[in-house]
Amino acid sequence: MSLLELDGVKVHFPIKKGILFDRTVGHVYAVDGVSLKVEAGETYGLVGESGCGKTTLGRSVLRLVDITEGSVVLDGTDLAKLPSEEMRRFRRRLQMVFQDPLGSLNPRQNIESILSEGMVAHGIGKDQEERREKIKSILDKVGLPSNALSRYPHEFSGGQRQRIGIARALVLEPDVIICDEPVSALDVSVQAQVINLLEELQEELGLTYVVIAHDLAVVRHISDTIGVMYLGSLVEEAPSDALYAEPKHPYTKALMSAVPVPDPEVEDKRERILLTGDLPSPANPPSGCRFHTRCPWAQAERCATERPELRDVGGGHRVACHFAEEIESGKLGLTRPTGIEAVTESEDVVVEQAEDEAEVPAALLPADSTTKPDAAAVKDKVPAAAETPGDRTADAVAKDRDAAAPDASGKEKEQDKTG
Amino acid sequence: MSVATKTDKIQRLAELTAVKETSTGASLWREALRRLRHSKMAIVGAVIIALFLVLAIVGPYVAPYSPTAQTWRNEVFPNRGEFVGARGENWFGLDHLGRDVFSRMLVGARQTLLVGVVATLIGLIIGFLIGGVSGAAATLGGDAGKRVDSVIMRFIDMMLALPSLLLAVSIAAVMGQSLTTVMIAVGVVQIPVFARLLRGAMLAQGGADYVLAARSLGVRKRRIVVSQIVPNSLSPVIVQATLSLATAIIEAAALSYLGLGNPDPAIPEWGVMLTQAQRFFDNAPMMAVYPAVGIIITALGFTLLGEAMREALDPKLKG
Repeated sequence: MSLLELDGVKVHFPIKKGILFDRTVGHVYAVDGVSLKVEAGETYGLVGESGCGKTTLGRSVLRLVDITEGSVVLDGTDLAKLPSEEMRRFRRRLQMVFQDPLGSLNPRQNIESILSEGMVAHGIGKDQEERREKIKSILDKVGLPSNALSRYPHEFSGGQRQRIGIARALVLEPDVIICDEPVSALDVSVQAQVINLLEELQEELGLTYVVIAHDLAVVRHISDTIGVMYLGSLVEEAPSDALYAEPKHPYTKALMSAVPVPDPEVEDKRERILLTGDLPSPANPPSGCRFHTRCPWAQAERCATERPELRDVGGGHRVACHFAEEIESGKLGLTRPTGIEAVTESEDVVVEQAEDEAEVPAALLPADSTTKPDAAAVKDKVPAAAETPGDRTADAVAKDRDAAAPDASGKEKEQDKTG
Repeated sequence: MSVATKTDKIQRLAELTAVKETSTGASLWREALRRLRHSKMAIVGAVIIALFLVLAIVGPYVAPYSPTAQTWRNEVFPNRGEFVGARGENWFGLDHLGRDVFSRMLVGARQTLLVGVVATLIGLIIGFLIGGVSGAAATLGGDAGKRVDSVIMRFIDMMLALPSLLLAVSIAAVMGQSLTTVMIAVGVVQIPVFARLLRGAMLAQGGADYVLAARSLGVRKRRIVVSQIVPNSLSPVIVQATLSLATAIIEAAALSYLGLGNPDPAIPEWGVMLTQAQRFFDNAPMMAVYPAVGIIITALGFTLLGEAMREALDPKLKG
């Protein structure tokens, strides 16, 4: 059994309006049904763009936000159902490292006071003397001098503050540490130090991490398993290497393709997927697959109506996409432009903007075409490409979206009336 | 040891040495005090307040004459408009009953200070309690707490909606004429100001990351309020208290002026003196100027110190 198991966790924030008596006019679906398992001693990385709900998910594990539905099971205990006082005591086993190292430290407390706060709350240590000894040993572990004790947070550098934040979590000897963007507020050189520190501590103390980040390189470096979040739910989950080697979900593909490759030759040739449009509002998420409004492979019917479940596609790789295999094998053409340039691995070149381009670089053509095609040949191909079924589906999806939009606004009006 | 870990160690050492070798750190309060000492505004304000304090303490003992004895009552004739101005014997002249104004000013400082301090304390303590409860309920009390906060704040809003002088006059009218009434009336007017200020600051701090961190540590809510939120919400309240001392003195003077102050006009108080002087302003304007200037300078002293403290406690607000 896994150390930490989340099952169908939902966190919905009510949107309230009213002068004297608040009424709920809708919900923000910050986290909408996330199930995942974290094994003891491993690091689980959560990635996703801003606003996808990864921070809220992290906070819901510690019940810092109320869980609307679902369960968070740590070592056999369902945290979502614990009464608040028991939950308070249970927090000893679950700790958190925050994004903003300065903001997460009380500016009016010195380091000793900050670090003993948790021990006092849980009755660890007989007296301050004993607690001080413990704090000193932890400070040593995270690489801070013991004369830091009487200092205040504003007297430290960013990296040192984050070490204090880590020390604060460690003092309680937790099983699981949730790191919410632990290094995104730090300089790159300091980032590496803090990441290395986290790894050393994991080795030494056998900690389990859930690392939330938007920096793909950081997550790849530190994680064993990675979950990709989009608009409140997991779209893909896989062992870290597998995910980076062959992302299966269209969103993950787009995410990965945004990472530049240090080799200029590869960088010039590699496939780029640029998503169009913005992240939809979590207060009014799209029907069916959350990603179908931006997905380059979105299909007319199924994607807009049926919400894909996370399913195992082998090797511990879980994907929430109806057509993951078809996209992988190249059976499915693009239904939407993907930005500047794009190719699929199939024989058909589907480049909608090709009409404007006099010449298509060789890199855009299938890898097996060895001869350099002349411009005329490409031009000949363009009308054919325009007639691929893929194009029609794009129109259909667009229509679908138009049809869905008034429906959604109608629902809002209804809520206004009933609220 | 590989090169990578070596550089890592060196970097970490560099970071360690960046911590100064002095033995103790300086808290934000201490830093604020240091900034305060370097502020000209604070020094001027503090000197004025110190003088005022000294006056309030030693005034009655150094006053050349009795403040109540009508020693020179045969020399002033208010009916005929004949007054005695400043002269060698009486530095600030005589009032309408032939009393020495200078002595009355010296003795009156104590009453004036007492009214200001007690009134501000009443407003501060009650306002602090109300604001603290409201702020704590709103930040950590959940939905029920938000409702409690909402009810308290509507009540405070009602108090704020009444013109402060009108409220003070009503209180004074209900409770009768006395110095205590003036203190309470002026103090009550300050309650909503302090309550709103503390609650607002607590609400702002309640959303801070370190409060979330304390919650994730499992610190009890009551302790989070007392040791995390309140200490970080204090600075605007302290500043307001200093500024309120100035307004309290002026408001007390206003109430005395309206005839709601100390019923015994013989006991000198700057506000009362101002009231009495206004009847004779045409013939003896200086009689009003002395207490008025006294009140203005004192209020200025507290305001200067308050403003300097605001800047020292929150350097980000400067400019």
